[in-house]
Amino acid sequence: MDLELSDSELAFQAEARAWLAENVPAEPLPSLDTPEGFELHREWEARLSAARWSVVSWPEEYHGRGASLVEWVVFEEEYYRAGAPLRVGQNGIFLLAPIIFEHGTKEQQDRFLPSMATGERVWAQCWSEPEAGSDLASLKSTARRDEARGGWVLNGQKIWCSRAALAHWGFGLFRSDPEAQKHAGLTYFLFPLDAEGVTVRPIAQLDGEAGFAEVFFDDVFVPDADVLGAPGDGWRVAMSTAGNERGLSLRSPGRFTAAADRLLALYDERPDPRLADRVVDAWLRAEAYRLYTWGTVTKLKDGGDVGASGSVNKVWWSELDVALHETALDLLGPDAELESRWLDGYTFSLSGPIYAGTNEIQRNIVAERILGLPREPKGTQK
Amino acid sequence: MFELTTDQRDFAASLDALLSAADTVAAARAWAEGDHDPGLKLWQRLAEQGLTMLATDATPVELCVAFEALGRHAVPGPWVEAAAYLPVALGREVEGVATVAVPPRVPLALDADVADEVYVAADGALRTATAGDRQVSVDRTRRLFTAAPGEAVEHGDLDAAYDLAVLATAAQLLGAGERVLADSVAYAKQRRQFGREIGSYQAIKHKLADVRIALDFARPLVLGAALEPTPRAVSAAKVACSDAAYLATRTGLQVHGAIGYTQEFDLSVWITKVRALVSAWGTTADHRARILESLTGRP
Repeated sequence: MDLELSDSELAFQAEARAWLAENVPAEPLPSLDTPEGFELHREWEARLSAARWSVVSWPEEYHGRGASLVEWVVFEEEYYRAGAPLRVGQNGIFLLAPIIFEHGTKEQQDRFLPSMATGERVWAQCWSEPEAGSDLASLKSTARRDEARGGWVLNGQKIWCSRAALAHWGFGLFRSDPEAQKHAGLTYFLFPLDAEGVTVRPIAQLDGEAGFAEVFFDDVFVPDADVLGAPGDGWRVAMSTAGNERGLSLRSPGRFTAAADRLLALYDERPDPRLADRVVDAWLRAEAYRLYTWGTVTKLKDGGDVGASGSVNKVWWSELDVALHETALDLLGPDAELESRWLDGYTFSLSGPIYAGTNEIQRNIVAERILGLPREPKGTQK
Repeated sequence: MFELTTDQRDFAASLDALLSAADTVAAARAWAEGDHDPGLKLWQRLAEQGLTMLATDATPVELCVAFEALGRHAVPGPWVEAAAYLPVALGREVEGVATVAVPPRVPLALDADVADEVYVAADGALRTATAGDRQVSVDRTRRLFTAAPGEAVEHGDLDAAYDLAVLATAAQLLGAGERVLADSVAYAKQRRQFGREIGSYQAIKHKLADVRIALDFARPLVLGAALEPTPRAVSAAKVACSDAAYLATRTGLQVHGAIGYTQEFDLSVWITKVRALVSAWGTTADHRARILESLTGRP
């Protein structure tokens, strides 16, 4: 057992560090949820991609480097340590791409992956509906077969669609078989957000910026070529990313170790012994997450599966992120309420325990699938 | 990579099998009453498995594997003292049972009445010592004694000895926490109220899930510290394992309800042990302070 990087991994790390030192913008970019910031973040993605740093773990034919999982974690550590911008393409790169690799046709891979890697096309996720949040499988938006045109007609409403206010394409599940039981009869669709019949209504988030949107579908036609996986198999396709794809759905520890380092620097500037224990705990939890991730990487390398431990992971990093930023704000004292990078990070961190399945849902998964506790009797459906 | 080797996993499994078959709780309860026989027999068997030579002849990883098993099975006796601290402090394996006090953080010598050798480490010196009065611990299996220092003896790196003892205590807490979680989950699956298993209620599920999560993130800190036992790393392991194991006992007691609050029910053995170990070999406040100083240079 060891935590040593190999010579080639060290060389990869040095190359990434050098490139980032040379290229990361000196000033933080404006928020990626503003039109100006969105474009600047896309330009950054193009620059990353030109040097083949935007999707290091993808194959070379799709602008990647075929990097190993270890190298991916190393790259992420360097990326956040360098203070590089948030990834405007992350919904596509981290959530959709793994599904396209696993379930997409070669034609779909060739058509969708390159523009995702370069930031040319930014993707929005369209999962929740007004009546389907944590209970996602109760979604009601429909897909009706249109045999004549060779495709499907979408109707309904999605909400809390991250990046949808500015993104180009979206992905989501629709009910294609109204007779089928809840999880069956769902199909995974890809669609342009400027298609005829699509209406996007931005929603201001807690910080006032339109980070997500409502999306309305009014007889929107989607050709068969833009169905991901088999019709009716959407739930399995969507859930297949939850625990696999070489850990790309991992939340990289570099984000939190870099933030913990910044917290220590802040403590150095504004030492307050009354908050010392919380600073220590934030560092400690980030360090635990770093080491835990190496354990996960080891398991995946050996052909293992993340499975339900992804839920253990999600509760940890999301609550760590909140605690870390709360501690920073408390160190800032009366300045905490003023606009700052810490405040932005804090506001962003508050969404972590909600999205990608609330932490209450994650705890149910930990209790039922890892601890083996009995399932709760389900409420009446519909 | 970052996981136990096959040999280390086999070692863990063989210790677990040995201790599962040994009625360790009965030995612990007898030990608490001053009947050392079953515990000393167990000591002998574990020494034969090499436990007292891990600190000198193996890596801290094997040491942590062993102490996790000791914690999981509530094995009584001065194991941290004899198998972690003293081998490093003396530079040799300890024969028989030995114990040590390291004031101010470890002011009393555990099980000094039954030890063949008793020491006190203070002010950079290691001395033989004589056991004095007994003091009563919340963990009845921890029989603590004052120790009067005598002759100075040659010694090795006392700081490294302390750090290894801290790490061993952390691993013991991890094992104890895992045991309490396992027993509490088993109970929640079997105990029924309002017509269904209490483990089917979210109020219970979420508490137990939080324990699972806390233990899962304490473990890598133990393994990380075992690979590189710096003061900061072992302190981090001790803080995380203390917090996680303590959460396990608070949750475990709550899940069990009144039966868990009895001395007769075996959960009590771990509830009291964890409370004792949380403040043994450096309190969490000590270790947090040490981490802060190493990170910021500030006391």
